[in-house]
Amino acid sequence: MKKQTCDFEVVYNISLSDDYFLLKLLAEDELPNISPAQFVEVRIDGAPNTFLRRPISVHDVNYEKNTISLLVRIAGEGTAKLSQINKGDLLNLVFPLGNSFSMPDNDNILLVGGGCGVAPMLYTAKYFMNFGFSPTFLLGYKDKESILRSDKFAKYGNVFYTTEDGSFGETGNVLDHSLLNSDKIHFDKIYACGPQPMLKALGNLAIEKNITCEVSLENLMACGIGACLCCVQDTIDGHKCVCTDGPVFNVKKLVW
Amino acid sequence: MVNLNIDFNGLKLKNPVLTASGTFGYGLEFEDFVDLSRLGGFIVKGTTLLHREGNPYPRMAETAAGMLNAVGLQNKGVKVFCDDIYPKIEHLNTNIFVNVSGSTVDDYVATAEMINELTNIPAIELNISCPNVKEGGMAFGTSCASAEEVVKAVRQVYKKHLMVKLSPNVTDIVSIAQAVENQGADSVSLVNTFLGMAIDAKTRKPKLSTITGGLSGSAIKPIALRMVWQVAKAVKIPVCGLGGIMTAEDAIEFFLAGASCIQVGTANFIEPDATIKILEGIEYYCKKYGVKDINELIGSLRS
Repeated sequence: MKKQTCDFEVVYNISLSDDYFLLKLLAEDELPNISPAQFVEVRIDGAPNTFLRRPISVHDVNYEKNTISLLVRIAGEGTAKLSQINKGDLLNLVFPLGNSFSMPDNDNILLVGGGCGVAPMLYTAKYFMNFGFSPTFLLGYKDKESILRSDKFAKYGNVFYTTEDGSFGETGNVLDHSLLNSDKIHFDKIYACGPQPMLKALGNLAIEKNITCEVSLENLMACGIGACLCCVQDTIDGHKCVCTDGPVFNVKKLVW
Repeated sequence: MVNLNIDFNGLKLKNPVLTASGTFGYGLEFEDFVDLSRLGGFIVKGTTLLHREGNPYPRMAETAAGMLNAVGLQNKGVKVFCDDIYPKIEHLNTNIFVNVSGSTVDDYVATAEMINELTNIPAIELNISCPNVKEGGMAFGTSCASAEEVVKAVRQVYKKHLMVKLSPNVTDIVSIAQAVENQGADSVSLVNTFLGMAIDAKTRKPKLSTITGGLSGSAIKPIALRMVWQVAKAVKIPVCGLGGIMTAEDAIEFFLAGASCIQVGTANFIEPDATIKILEGIEYYCKKYGVKDINELIGSLRS
């Protein structure tokens, strides 16, 4: 897929909590096909200490309305500045970047998101659903108040939750959920995004249970197009760029 | 029409816009954004005799108006370049420079010899200034004696345009430039990155796996510009200027300071088509200020 630089118009910017906001962006030209787990590099203007673009995964795409949605966590000065963008403002993106989750073989698929890692899972589910697959979600949050867009996720599959304080769903992190600790429930493929310790533990569990597991990584990056070689991940084939060889890796390939 | 052609000590450049090694891959990474044949040239990623995995992650830290990197010359080695990469880029209608680095003088010589055989590579950029490798790299570029030694040895085997990339991490960059000129360099490029460091105050840990790394981006432009100005006055060979060039106006400043051509580096990470915007901006500047030939600008700083 040809990569491009494009100005998008902000359709809305909704604050979802103290830490998260949702942007809907209208493309000038017809959107190219975007695959699940692909990301965009957002240029953030007017933040003096934000020199580089910010890589952000695609949360949703509406091809009829020509819009992309980004679910963004305020992680530092750059994303804090981005959270202040207004309807009608222009936002410059380089996109679509990265590889994607592979297609499922059947409905026995589990989409796991931890915190900000839930963001790419909505579009992933929507994309898979267009091919006739019905996913199950397992989403992990700090507490009930942190849960993001529960109605939206529920449209695309059964949703199971964990919260660290037990205020909603099962208590603990996603690894503690009964879905992953029961002998009866079986998944053929797990797709995951979230903090690296979570992904690593999930990957180890998947390998142990002989389940295919693909994870989307979030290494720090500069260019997003395979030129700077800053975002490398250790793999059994040596250093690989998360931006072009990833962000999706089969956990069996990772050295972590 | 503005003439943008540059005679870079015998090497014909269709315009003065090149790209900095390590920021433009092998050119192919940018084909979706840039018609590579529009560039005066591009300088491929630092190439060493043998495969290098580079430094461990994390290799990058954003800083005020810039970034630190500690990639450490990750590349597949000169043989893979010659066999696999060169055939994919040799047809491009632009000047391709191979950036050559090494840990020993023999490494540099062996690599340069192999590049010399490639018909459509008219030049190398000898990297004696990489701050991110334990052995060699910058060590060659920080004393006149070692800079002379490596340039002299490479000059004996490399018959085409030999550009030497200088380190700014020295007390007197002019003396290094003169030393490499005396050993037969055809041109110099400056500056490579500045050795820097970033610390995460929360964790009390360095932000880079190697603790220190090379600073690039807008933050270094005034220092790079000063060094280009000093060197351009002191050597007869032409100077290729780089260091924090983000806009056409930045590029013009380097020409005024004495650079015959420039390299766009870190800007490529933020705007993948930065080179083309800068090229068009240079042409616009020339038209606006009645400059008929880009060569009129070079070293024309008014005092």
